[in-house]
Amino acid sequence: MITLFRKPKPGAAPRRLTLHILRCNPADPASKPYLQAFELEEAEGMTLFIALNEIRATQDPSLQFDFVCRAGICGSCAMLVDGRPALACRTLTRDYGSDITLAPLPFFELIGDLSVNTGKWMRGTAERLQTWIAQSEAVDLDALEARMEPALAEAIYELDRCIECGCCIAGCGTAQMNENFVGAVGLNKIARFRLDPRDTRSDAEFFELIGDDDGVFGCMSLLGCHDLCPKELPLQTQIAFLRRKMAVTGLY
Amino acid sequence: MSQIAKSSPLVPPALPEAHRQTGIPELARQSLNESSTRKSRWPARLDLLQSLSGLFLALFLVAHMAFVSSILISQELFYRVARFFEGEWLFGQPYPILVSLVAAGITCLLVVHAWLAMRKFPAGYRQYRAFTAHKSRLRHNDTSLWWLQVLTGFGLFFLTTIHLYDMLSQPSMIGPYESADRVWSGGMWPIYLMLLFTAELHGGIGLYRLAVKWGWFVGDEPDAGRRRLRRVRHVFSTFFITLGLLTLLAYINLGRAHAELAGERYVPPGNTLNTTVNAGKH
Repeated sequence: MITLFRKPKPGAAPRRLTLHILRCNPADPASKPYLQAFELEEAEGMTLFIALNEIRATQDPSLQFDFVCRAGICGSCAMLVDGRPALACRTLTRDYGSDITLAPLPFFELIGDLSVNTGKWMRGTAERLQTWIAQSEAVDLDALEARMEPALAEAIYELDRCIECGCCIAGCGTAQMNENFVGAVGLNKIARFRLDPRDTRSDAEFFELIGDDDGVFGCMSLLGCHDLCPKELPLQTQIAFLRRKMAVTGLY
Repeated sequence: MSQIAKSSPLVPPALPEAHRQTGIPELARQSLNESSTRKSRWPARLDLLQSLSGLFLALFLVAHMAFVSSILISQELFYRVARFFEGEWLFGQPYPILVSLVAAGITCLLVVHAWLAMRKFPAGYRQYRAFTAHKSRLRHNDTSLWWLQVLTGFGLFFLTTIHLYDMLSQPSMIGPYESADRVWSGGMWPIYLMLLFTAELHGGIGLYRLAVKWGWFVGDEPDAGRRRLRRVRHVFSTFFITLGLLTLLAYINLGRAHAELAGERYVPPGNTLNTTVNAGKH
């Protein structure tokens, strides 16, 4: 429904929301996943972050979910909202119906209820893809840093905005079928370090990292990553760019 | 920093000391070194080949539709088009074997494309369930579009081979009456109807996805570019399906009118040799 029509009329009674939350505790072998419904009254400008905290404070202290920043910067609170990955802290309840279903992000290790261990996977991927500045020569720490064109610095910063929330992986059809796929988060990082003049790696060296079906050639351009990225990173453009570069590298 | 660089897995590991001393020839040592550290280039080549074969097949589909739909203008034009592709303009007389050769080439390309595309199909029940559940959960346009492409692609494995074998084995039977008889009296119209929808959808989606995949015609604004491409795709599919339906209808009408004389070859009106044979039949 169009958001405009969902805006409550001034003076109207607040809506009663029902949050259907997928509960599961992997630490308890007897625990079976089930949907639990929580009712609460909608407040003005309510986000899922506020709603979940209210439920935990007033209804069920055992409910597990992750939050740190409340402002879409830390990337901890990604979850499936009515089946689509989103950051709970940036999701306004008024944009949804009165029944909202919440589930943990798929693909990642489940900690409990809505909490998943994205950090473990992100760390592993960073190590696997060597997402750091690799330099062939020793850095002279006493020398002035080489200057960078502002436009280039901007371009690097644009890709560096990734908060590793995992929405791109949860929205990726390839990742659902191939758990070794590095996903848009991995490819975006390679694109970021490829841009960086301090990184001396060649395309042939980047090919070693992403030149296979677990890397850029595994991507089927379904673009769930691009369309669902809460930071609106240009993932479509970056993956296409990497694909072109790696395809040319692959010809030799 | 230099230590990091040295220990980086990107730097090929040095050969064991023993190898250096046992006198392995330099060339063998190099190849051993390369093959053990260099990633295969084939995933890149296969990806390119899949795109290129798909692009060529989609362009062929467009050209094919243009030629076939010439029946809408006149029977004679379609007759001329058919003879053109049999090389009459070059050799002075038609050689239907040329059509067979094209059909054989397209078949080969199709097999290559299907084989490459199959790498992306869900393998096994687990992957199938994972993807279909993801698709219905996500309700995302491009994700669903890919699934439609998988389904139409799967259908095309079978539908195209029927048509291609026809063209391969009976290349001379292309002409207004010949084709119309095949469509109606030969009972091929249901195949062509299914082929029309699956091929045009698959080709249209394929071209769109090619552009997005390689970043062609997207422009500086990826979202606006994709919206534009999506509109082009809709126009493409609608135009070619409509044109295809009209063309098929023309063949069905001609085939029904010609049913009693099914098997008779078409002779263009200007051909003096056969005017007497053809006279009075229409």
